[in-house]
Amino acid sequence: MAVSKNGKTKIIVGMASCGIAAGAQEVFHSLARHIDEMKLEVELTKTGCIGACYREPLIEVQTAQLPSVIYGDMTVKRVKQLLEQHLINGEIISEWAVVGEGIQTSDQDFFENQMRIVLRNTGEINPENIHDYVERDGYKSIQKVLKEFKPEDVITEIKNSGIRGRGGAGFSTGLKWQFARQSQSKEKYIICNGDEGDPGAFMDRSIMEGDPHSVLEGMLIAGYAIGAQQGIIYVRAEYPLAVHRLQIAIQQAKKRGFLGKKILGSKFSFNITLKLGAGAFVCGEETALIASVEGKRGMPRLRPPFPAVKGLWDKPTNINNVETYANIPWIILKGASEFARLGTEKSKGTKVFALAGKIKRGGMVEVPMGMSLRDVIYKIGGGIKDDKEFKAVQLGGPSGGCVPASLLDTPVDYDSLTETGAIMGSGGMVVMDNRTCMVDVSKFFLKFTQEESCGKCTFCRIGTKRMLEILERITEGKGQPDDIEKLESLAEYIKQGSLCGLGQTAPNPVLTTIQYFREEYEAHIHHKKCPAKSCRELIEYRVIPDNCTGCMLCARVCPVDAISGAKKEIHYIDPQICTHCGACYDACKFEAIDILTGVLAEEAKTA
Amino acid sequence: MEASPVENLDTFDKRPLQKILKKYTKKKGILIPLLQETQKIYGYLPRLALVQIAEATNTDISQVYGVATFYAQFRLTPVGKHLIRVCHGTACHVSGATRVTEVCEEELGIKDGETSKDLNFTLESVACLGCCSLAPVMTADENTYGRLTDREVRKVVEKLKK
Repeated sequence: MAVSKNGKTKIIVGMASCGIAAGAQEVFHSLARHIDEMKLEVELTKTGCIGACYREPLIEVQTAQLPSVIYGDMTVKRVKQLLEQHLINGEIISEWAVVGEGIQTSDQDFFENQMRIVLRNTGEINPENIHDYVERDGYKSIQKVLKEFKPEDVITEIKNSGIRGRGGAGFSTGLKWQFARQSQSKEKYIICNGDEGDPGAFMDRSIMEGDPHSVLEGMLIAGYAIGAQQGIIYVRAEYPLAVHRLQIAIQQAKKRGFLGKKILGSKFSFNITLKLGAGAFVCGEETALIASVEGKRGMPRLRPPFPAVKGLWDKPTNINNVETYANIPWIILKGASEFARLGTEKSKGTKVFALAGKIKRGGMVEVPMGMSLRDVIYKIGGGIKDDKEFKAVQLGGPSGGCVPASLLDTPVDYDSLTETGAIMGSGGMVVMDNRTCMVDVSKFFLKFTQEESCGKCTFCRIGTKRMLEILERITEGKGQPDDIEKLESLAEYIKQGSLCGLGQTAPNPVLTTIQYFREEYEAHIHHKKCPAKSCRELIEYRVIPDNCTGCMLCARVCPVDAISGAKKEIHYIDPQICTHCGACYDACKFEAIDILTGVLAEEAKTA
Repeated sequence: MEASPVENLDTFDKRPLQKILKKYTKKKGILIPLLQETQKIYGYLPRLALVQIAEATNTDISQVYGVATFYAQFRLTPVGKHLIRVCHGTACHVSGATRVTEVCEEELGIKDGETSKDLNFTLESVACLGCCSLAPVMTADENTYGRLTDREVRKVVEKLKK
């Protein structure tokens, strides 16, 4: 958090996609209007993701008299009171505050347990203004590199830092650069993989929206190191705000001479263009991404040759993901040893996670490598929503796995997470409680990979389909006794018979849930029971007569009119009509609706 | 992927397409941006546009069609005036995305992936919109709505119907 400069009053509105979705735009306009009407002298500006998404919309207020405060859950209605109380009366509204120097809030743990390197500027600067970035040591690293480093020195420095690719696989970034450097060619390319396709992940979006210049600077440094002249950012078309802010950033960087010919008076020339992805998960794989940039169907090819030797237009190409590039300027400026000091022996630095799901404080968090999953979820995330029981945390999206409660003390580093059967992945961390069915979760991911399989490899194309069919019948109560074994053997074939990461890792969600939640599969198969009471074909809803007040709310929300009963009379759900949508369960204020599964559900159906 | 409807040569306005074609031909790797811009104009990829693109870029029509059907973004049938996209990412899935789609289906009288006969609405599922902390999420036209309940979803759809 920044302190007010030159005694000026400043209000900063968090305007990343999710903030805007929560209403930040309206708050911004309302602030502008009221500031004008009240004739206040305030600099109103915007920033990227402040991180505490669970309290969006967020605004930060900086004045000379008071410590800087971030307020959450801002609404248009609150704007006037905030301006009056905080700016005119000089009082902090502590019940709205998320965090502020010297203020005790229930949310301060969310911020205090983090360490922000990648997100050093996100939520602090106006991403649409290059001055903000430059003021915070922006583009100093490329100046330092051009003045003091030979390309080989940059590679040595990156190697010494120990940074590994943040896109998922965790390959050494320095080595990757070295291979591209060693390839002889006049024409080389730098690609930034911003095709963040993992469902449940939004780290790269937040970085591109919140601090686009750090990505550009990272690419510039990589370009200098490997000897490339052209950079391409491959970004999802589903991220319009990220695209918009990157475009602005590129324009501004060109104007300031950080991009273009003979950068800052050196011999190094470099340009960056954007390519919009068209919605194919497989394009996160580097050879598929290259095919897509070339205008073809995004299908992966056999490696070697690796892109470092033969990449875009058959020229040596270096591909890293957004978060990796955003780390680079910090490493150059502070030194490799400073970076290598953080984290564990084999996993250096920090990792950004998108904490979501059944968690109290969901958002963007950055932690030093080696912090335990428990600390991320409980200390930073504040534990499980509605104080329910923790069941599992899903890491790495469709390529990853579900880690159970017994392994919550696993440190967040590449190798420890791989040991659990999950992977570090790009940073999606979805928390699940006891109402989440693990068979359903693995079905969810399989459905995703099956749809996204490009179809090139038979095992991936057909194998995932067969696995999905088995999972579907299990969740419908039609599972066969040997289904678990079938899933396991299919998984093995798909892993071995697929060319790229998509197929090789597609079975992971199924394998980890079988490993840690086998009894849940067995309950579905042998007892037609869904312990989480989530699989629709295996549950029945029933009114608990003792709790029902006859308020008719459930009958009103039922989309199929399955609930009967007059006012102040106990209601009845007709199992023949009920579609198990759960609308009544969510609507009931008296806990008068019960969900039955297994034998009880069977009985209820015929009752 | 459904086949595109047969379009009428007489009513197909190819002027805007020709403008884009001029801008792009002769550059390499332009097929995807070309299709993206074409879709921006027509709302989908009309068959006649695909044919023209193939001719102008000297590419086989099969290759153009192959690319157009590979990526989720491209559609070969017209899209409704209002586009509702329900997020089915992991966080949304565990927070009730299935129900959000169902409510939309109930309200609109069309199934997921369909367009209403009057061409007013298209309902779609998307893999992830990246607003996981606000799950469940959907977008309607340019707006994103988060922390959805049955009621919220109905309100959004009702508003668009007017």
